[in-house]
Amino acid sequence: MSRKIVILLASIALLAIIAACAPLPAAPAPAPAEPAAVDDDGPVSVFGAYATAIEEPWDGVIHAALNAAQEAGQIEYSYTDDIGYAGDMERILREVAEENESDVIFGDAFGNEEAVRRVAADYPEIAFVFGSGGGPANPNFSVFDNWIHEPAYLSGMLAGGISDSGVIGVVGGLPVPEVNRIVNAFIAGAESVNPNVDVKTTFINSWFDPAAAKEAALAQIDAGADVLFAERFGVIGAAADNGFCAFGNMSDQKELAPDYVVSGPVWHMEPTVQYIVSQVAGGTYTAQDLKDFSMVAKGGASLAPINTDVKCNLTDELVQMVQDKEQEIVSGLFRVDITESQPPASSGRQ
Amino acid sequence: MDDTLFVTFLVGLIAATLRVATPLVYGSIGEVITERAGILNLGIEGIMFLGAFAGFAVAAKSFEAGIGGYLWLGLLGAIVSGVLMALLMGLLTVTLGLNQHVSGLGITLLAIGLSLFGFRLVFGESSVLPSVDPFSQLFVFGETPILGPIFKQYLLTYVAFLVLVPLAWWLLYRTSFGLELRSVGENPEAADAAGVNVFRTRYLALVIGGALMAVGGAFLSIAQLGAFSPGIIAGRGWVCIALVIFARWDPIRATAGAVLFGAVFALQLRLQTLGFDLPFEVFLALPYLVTILALAITGRNANYPGAYLKPYRRE
Repeated sequence: MSRKIVILLASIALLAIIAACAPLPAAPAPAPAEPAAVDDDGPVSVFGAYATAIEEPWDGVIHAALNAAQEAGQIEYSYTDDIGYAGDMERILREVAEENESDVIFGDAFGNEEAVRRVAADYPEIAFVFGSGGGPANPNFSVFDNWIHEPAYLSGMLAGGISDSGVIGVVGGLPVPEVNRIVNAFIAGAESVNPNVDVKTTFINSWFDPAAAKEAALAQIDAGADVLFAERFGVIGAAADNGFCAFGNMSDQKELAPDYVVSGPVWHMEPTVQYIVSQVAGGTYTAQDLKDFSMVAKGGASLAPINTDVKCNLTDELVQMVQDKEQEIVSGLFRVDITESQPPASSGRQ
Repeated sequence: MDDTLFVTFLVGLIAATLRVATPLVYGSIGEVITERAGILNLGIEGIMFLGAFAGFAVAAKSFEAGIGGYLWLGLLGAIVSGVLMALLMGLLTVTLGLNQHVSGLGITLLAIGLSLFGFRLVFGESSVLPSVDPFSQLFVFGETPILGPIFKQYLLTYVAFLVLVPLAWWLLYRTSFGLELRSVGENPEAADAAGVNVFRTRYLALVIGGALMAVGGAFLSIAQLGAFSPGIIAGRGWVCIALVIFARWDPIRATAGAVLFGAVFALQLRLQTLGFDLPFEVFLALPYLVTILALAITGRNANYPGAYLKPYRRE
């Protein structure tokens, strides 16, 4: 008999430990002290609901912008991350909608698209602002996405100018529209500088498998690539180990290899957050596609500062050419094509 | 493809095969030793994950503290974490005699949760993942053509193939401990009657196996990448489970399976760069298809250890 009790106790202890490791709101939820008056003067209350861990760069960008807004005293912010795609998103959103008195919920819908939209329709008084491949839905569901194809084009120009072999490697996660348009713009940028360039694109079918990404990059180096675009984490190390230059993605990744990271497209969520907070605070929020707020013209995307100290062939003329093109994009004189079809495995062969 | 390109292709393929196979060799030999004692440790995926985290966290913090051998401390940290998880697995399955499937999966969930939680505790939130200078590759044949690039590997890769594999074989088949280990996995009652301490032997097998699994995970974080990230193991533990069955619980065959998987994995990445008009998913599926095929061919004669999955109770 006593053994059964020990087993029972051990099982409970193990379950308790596992439960303690489950994703929980990392910041204390704002106390619902003033139920109805919250909208009138206090800061806008924002909740973040992320399917992945915030270490994943996509959600990391949203989280960073909301954190900044909280530090500036504009919002009260709490979040839950690593929610996954197994049905927890709907439960968490409903709990937040019922209990937190949030004015706005930010997050990423993609893999939970239907669940998120279902909850949003049930709580029309809350602004739902989600990363999504779909469109906005009245009255309260707005969408955004990372439209960083413009700096990706500029990065491609730099890569095309740097490459001696004329072969450039790109390692991507999955060929979804947001990745495709970045890679396609990168290829277009490279071809604008060197029409004979061959951009090889490998997908690893995972958002997070840096060892596989690194191996994919090394395979591209074996195939002649001498510049790499690291859509995924793990690639910059492969380039640096072999003395080649690389481009980061999503955030400025220069510190990963200061001698080899040239630049890269960067996404900023601050313009989106600022716009939404002002709309909600002013009582004028409506459902809309926030695409423009993630593009260069409104400061939602940028080329990471060009690192001229890199140990590869980066000429002043090339830098000047790219900066001129960047200015044309900012002033609206040049538009980068948006192509969301899957990029070819080897662009030079098409 | 001309001759020089083909040589580069082949040399790169062989070098990559050894790199990709290394964590699988550690993991599958760890699992062979554990399963030979009669315990299926499905905690392997989590133990490799925790090993990757503990190895990186200890290395990064030691580096910050200015300790020269920070990577070795990291490796030690990984081993300790693997041993602790193996002891917990032992508590559940050996001492308490709980279901091994449930216990192992629980350990995997626990270890991954602990790692991600620990990662945020230790490193906070940052937009760029923290990194350390990892183990460097050893140029055994310098810059000589062909052999130079093939034998430009990490120390842990050499240790895996040249030390661990023969040592594991010798331990299992040529030492009295190996005999005891196999006997508690085949027939614990008989082993007990012959004076073998079944519980201690199973704990030892778990501990050795857990330490090896953790080193396999740490290879990724402190040798290959110099960083830790969520998803770093990406199912490599489950691949090891399949390899062990493919290998019919033999360390040499497990190594062969790891090399086969590594070779097809490295090959498909290279085939993708050639720009065939095939969906990339076809290439990505190749290593798994080959593993399933190998299992289907060889797994038919699988002779499970006699006391596989059975807890031992003294009457």
